[in-house]
Amino acid sequence: MNTVISAQNLRKSYAGQAVVNGVNIAINKGECFGLLGPNGAGKTTTLRLLLGLTAPDSGEVGLLGRTVPHHAREARLRVGVVPQMDNLDPDFSVAENLLVYGRYFGMKDPEIKARIPALLEFANLTHKKDAKIPTLSGGMKRRLTLARALVNDPEIIFLDEPTTGLDPQARHLIWQRLREVTQQGKTLLLTTHYMDEAERLCHRLAIMDLGMLIAQDSPRALIAQHIEPQVVEVFGEGAGKWALEHAAHYAQRFEVSGETAFCYVADAGPLLEHLGERKELRYLHRPANLEDVFLKLTGREMRE
Amino acid sequence: MNNYFYTLPRLSFRFIPIWQRHFLVWKKVAATSILGHLADPIIYLLGLGYGLGSLLPEMEGTSYLLFLAGGTVCYSTMNSASFEALYSGFARMHEQRTWDAILNTPVTLDDVVLAEILWAASKSLMAGMAVLVVIWLLGLAHTWLSLWAIPLALLVGLCFASIGLIMTALAPSYDFFMYYFTLVITPMMLLCGVFFPVAQLPSALQAMSAILPLSHAVDIARPLLNGTLPSHALLHIAVLMAYTLSGFYVSLVLFRRRLST
Repeated sequence: MNTVISAQNLRKSYAGQAVVNGVNIAINKGECFGLLGPNGAGKTTTLRLLLGLTAPDSGEVGLLGRTVPHHAREARLRVGVVPQMDNLDPDFSVAENLLVYGRYFGMKDPEIKARIPALLEFANLTHKKDAKIPTLSGGMKRRLTLARALVNDPEIIFLDEPTTGLDPQARHLIWQRLREVTQQGKTLLLTTHYMDEAERLCHRLAIMDLGMLIAQDSPRALIAQHIEPQVVEVFGEGAGKWALEHAAHYAQRFEVSGETAFCYVADAGPLLEHLGERKELRYLHRPANLEDVFLKLTGREMRE
Repeated sequence: MNNYFYTLPRLSFRFIPIWQRHFLVWKKVAATSILGHLADPIIYLLGLGYGLGSLLPEMEGTSYLLFLAGGTVCYSTMNSASFEALYSGFARMHEQRTWDAILNTPVTLDDVVLAEILWAASKSLMAGMAVLVVIWLLGLAHTWLSLWAIPLALLVGLCFASIGLIMTALAPSYDFFMYYFTLVITPMMLLCGVFFPVAQLPSALQAMSAILPLSHAVDIARPLLNGTLPSHALLHIAVLMAYTLSGFYVSLVLFRRRLST
């Protein structure tokens, strides 16, 4: 396979604090790769290092065959970026935002203008092409930012939390568009802390914590490798006390968080039978998912 | 890797689309902007020139109005580059995050900062030309030499844009700029011979005036409007260029540092 983004032993610290602490990564052409991690894990800094916007303290970065940051300018000609915070130009209309942005890539006006109708259609913004940015909804702004990242027909798109702050309808539309982009053969690198987003979109993902990639595989393999296949969440009054007395007997592993006991099991049968007799407890039986892996690997305590 | 902060600017033609972007924004408010550029010198020249001027005898061999005109060309261009580099530049860098958007493309910070300076200087050019138009309409200057005030306006713009961007790079918020205007721009206006000859000042202040860039601009502009060639023109130009180049370099280093996190 053809590696289009690579990093070897990437390190970056700010004020003596290691933010990125030995990251190795290799992303193949056509892949949708997710970088998952709690706030402050170093996801955004990793993206900045890979894009050549920040120089690493040590380590090597390759982007589309160029050495970064030294040849980042040439590499970024064929890269699109959807930043975490919207930075559309508020003084311009929707279409002007695309035109002005295309110029930064050295594209000629007729070339950009020929691409605008298709980009607007992709973003479902054809009817808004002359609208000013402050009049757009959050979802529209994100879609326009995505369309803007495609103006130069890039080979790779970097997305930093592309759906944070959007309502479910808006998120689903973005996901659909990202799948279309992947189907066109483009490579996607996205950061997120939405597990469902990562599970739906990504071929492969890496879980990042404290500046390190602590696990890396396909979503399914990560679940199979790191966690028991089934989860029974037991809640209600007395769930904590119940867990301390009985959970170890039925579950390979359990965790108590607040009023809920999370029981991880290979076979849920005996536990469910037991719970059937304990009327005061309520429970939810579900297959293990990425969030379980994530919480197992990064812990349940808050990161702030 | 912090050595990168101190490398000399690596310039490219990619500043052009950024300049075009600023111009396109300006075009949407062009009418008000031009009116502002015209109103400022009219108010100063008419208010101070006729009001104060009627009380004053000739100054350095010309009418006070013409004396003031030479100062106003420089003062107005200084102001317009400073406002653009500080307030508008800060908005683009910090508030709207326009720079972040641009930096994700093949454009580098060096191009972005160069574009800011050239754009602020373009605003100065417009301001300077507006003052000249007012001067011509009032019939104050009758000499072709006054046309040289146009490139001078550009140079003054480059100079104050570069110096101003140092403040933009350091600013935590807009409030910070008050210090610059109160402690740098206003004293500059009073010490550099805009309203009265520097010779009126005590010698300590005269010495200070001699190192301020605006004095050098005024020393070029005033003779030109008066129809004579400025003496030591090359020295004055060299000082303005030195301020421009060092301002560009220092502000770039500070921006690199600020935006590296």
